[in-house]
Amino acid sequence: MSVLEASVLEADAEPPRIALVGNPNCGKTALFNALTGSRQKVANYPGVTVERKVGHFLSPGGRRVQVIDLPGTYSLRARSPDEEVTRDVVLGRFAHEDSPDVLVCVADATNLRLNLRLVIELKRLGRPIVLALNMMDVADKRGCRIDAAALSAALGVPVVPTVAVRRGGIRGLLDQLDRTMAVAHADAPALCGWSEPSSHDLRAYHQEVEAILARSLRDAGAPPLMTRRVDALLLHPLFGLGFLFLVLFLMFQAVFAWAEAPMSLIDGAITALNGAVAAALPDGALRSLLTDGIIAGVGSVVIFLPQILVLFFFIQVLEDTGYLARAAFLLDRLMGGVGLHGRAFIPLLSSFACAVPGIMAARTIENRADRLATIMIAPLMTCSARLPVYTLLIAAFVPDQRVLGGMVGLPGLVMFALYTIGILSALTVAFVLKRTVFKGAREPLLMELPAYRVPSPRNVAIGLLERARIFLARAGTIIFSIMVVLWFLASFPGAPEGATDPAIHYSLAGMLGHALAPLLAPIGFNWQIAIALVPGIAAREVAVAALGTVYALSETGGALESSLAGLLAADWGLPTALAMLAWYVFAPQCVSTLAVVKRETNSWFWMAAMIAYMALLAYAAAFVTFRVASALLGG
Amino acid sequence: MSKYPAPPGDIRLASLRKGQPAHVTGVDEGAVATTLPAGELERRMIEMGLVEGARIEILHEGFPGRDPIAVRVNEHTVAMRRAEARAIRVAPV
Repeated sequence: MSVLEASVLEADAEPPRIALVGNPNCGKTALFNALTGSRQKVANYPGVTVERKVGHFLSPGGRRVQVIDLPGTYSLRARSPDEEVTRDVVLGRFAHEDSPDVLVCVADATNLRLNLRLVIELKRLGRPIVLALNMMDVADKRGCRIDAAALSAALGVPVVPTVAVRRGGIRGLLDQLDRTMAVAHADAPALCGWSEPSSHDLRAYHQEVEAILARSLRDAGAPPLMTRRVDALLLHPLFGLGFLFLVLFLMFQAVFAWAEAPMSLIDGAITALNGAVAAALPDGALRSLLTDGIIAGVGSVVIFLPQILVLFFFIQVLEDTGYLARAAFLLDRLMGGVGLHGRAFIPLLSSFACAVPGIMAARTIENRADRLATIMIAPLMTCSARLPVYTLLIAAFVPDQRVLGGMVGLPGLVMFALYTIGILSALTVAFVLKRTVFKGAREPLLMELPAYRVPSPRNVAIGLLERARIFLARAGTIIFSIMVVLWFLASFPGAPEGATDPAIHYSLAGMLGHALAPLLAPIGFNWQIAIALVPGIAAREVAVAALGTVYALSETGGALESSLAGLLAADWGLPTALAMLAWYVFAPQCVSTLAVVKRETNSWFWMAAMIAYMALLAYAAAFVTFRVASALLGG
Repeated sequence: MSKYPAPPGDIRLASLRKGQPAHVTGVDEGAVATTLPAGELERRMIEMGLVEGARIEILHEGFPGRDPIAVRVNEHTVAMRRAEARAIRVAPV
């Protein structure tokens, strides 16, 4: 056989697939990163609304191995959509995809008792298993001594000690995987049937674990005293809540402060690119599509990348340290007041950057009613895309005065009020939903509080890179296509000869805006706003650019905002501006959010329900604001 | 069915004092109002290590109403609400 033939055969053969399975907080993702480095991506299963993390590596034996990182779970009896992914991949229930060739069980060595229970459950499946005994460094430090050979003998599976965060023991794991895969390929045992274990079975598994530990655990070691001492402070009713709010405050400060410089860099780059394209192309539809449509449109979304990354940096670090679980603990009772689960905290927090990742984070909530309630209110959290609109209107209408004894600026106070209104209305909507549509007792809280850990910079960096990739891919696909459609709506048909109004006035978007104008008149919106709201459907911040177009301005970025602010201040009354702010707190906007709601709930109904309730709230809020402000100001 | 007989005076985790070590003598989900299917809460608790013989201790209490509670279960810590902690029978040691 020639070399060429051999390589063709090699390429034809399905690469071996291994899956990482383990409890949450066992360091599974760190191990995945250690194995694959940056050779990983988030992929979708064809036809189902499920994402999976896939990567690959080259084993010492020369095999190209595919690795799947599965969401952490305590049991194959899946309770949340996340855990269902784990169950279905392990059991090979996805069409066109067999069960993985080898299951790598990842176990926290400091907490073997709980982790081994899942291993026992997985062992029943009869698939080849390798146990990665992770976090051995922490176990050593606490004086926990495990006899790996005895554990392997008692369990009947190979055991490899690892320290995934420092890439320790990876070589040993790779060698073991090569040995296991060689055997697995020779006589791959079929997947045994799986049925939900009864409580009786579960107790039997625990007894099995106790028997195994009696033979392999030489010294259980000391409990994590440091974690207890820190928790005595951080879970303290007063100090703990104070600390949580301090963390959140710092986080939002950083989102704005740290992101400012990169955002103006991106802004400059987009303006430069736009200028270059405009200079290179002759005037016409193509130039307009490229500059006004694609570069300006996609650029207006990409500019939020720094803010989203700063926010996710904080969320990732808080999660890796183990603090996010504490935040859910601290807020469980308070959020329970409106019927939300403590776990809803993380999706809602993410929604301050963007509702899309926020809604996706709701997957960790087990109960469907709880999850739906969280998804429905997530867009009420003020996402970063509302900021340009708020900034513009505040700059135009709110005088830059110091209030409260010169301590606080009035513009900042108004901004804070808008955020607060968003949060309060989210809680109110949740309260109403949980008492009407999603009635029923709250899902029980049973959540592990992992020992505190210093996060690994490498893992945080890989996580952020993944976020950036997903966000940019979205900007490059969905948002790109919407921008093209909107550009078309705003450009055709063109202005007639000798037209006095800006071209958008005569376009399809203009007609739509004029048609909507009577409907929006009661809330104080003029036809210019009505037109700007049409492209604003794609992404809220685009409304600013659209207002610029309507008011026939040619500047972009900061220049646009400052000159537009002056124009608006002259053209609009204060009641209209306030009504517009109120509208933007609630408006059911950005198609990306609606698309992700459809995907995550797997239902058009909930997406329609979200549009309906938010549109109603937005209209009502703007109406009341406009009327009250008009009456008070004598307008 | 338990080999850890309940002591006289049925004590539940929900009423255990903070810092008082105990061990689990039984799981009785009948004591909790839940919308979950029968047997589900019991199984979830066992999966989190709350099984007969487990050494437990309330480490921290939430706010307001000293709820939820952070419970040490053998080597790990589980956060739960007092309402569900009523399902766990305990014997102080």
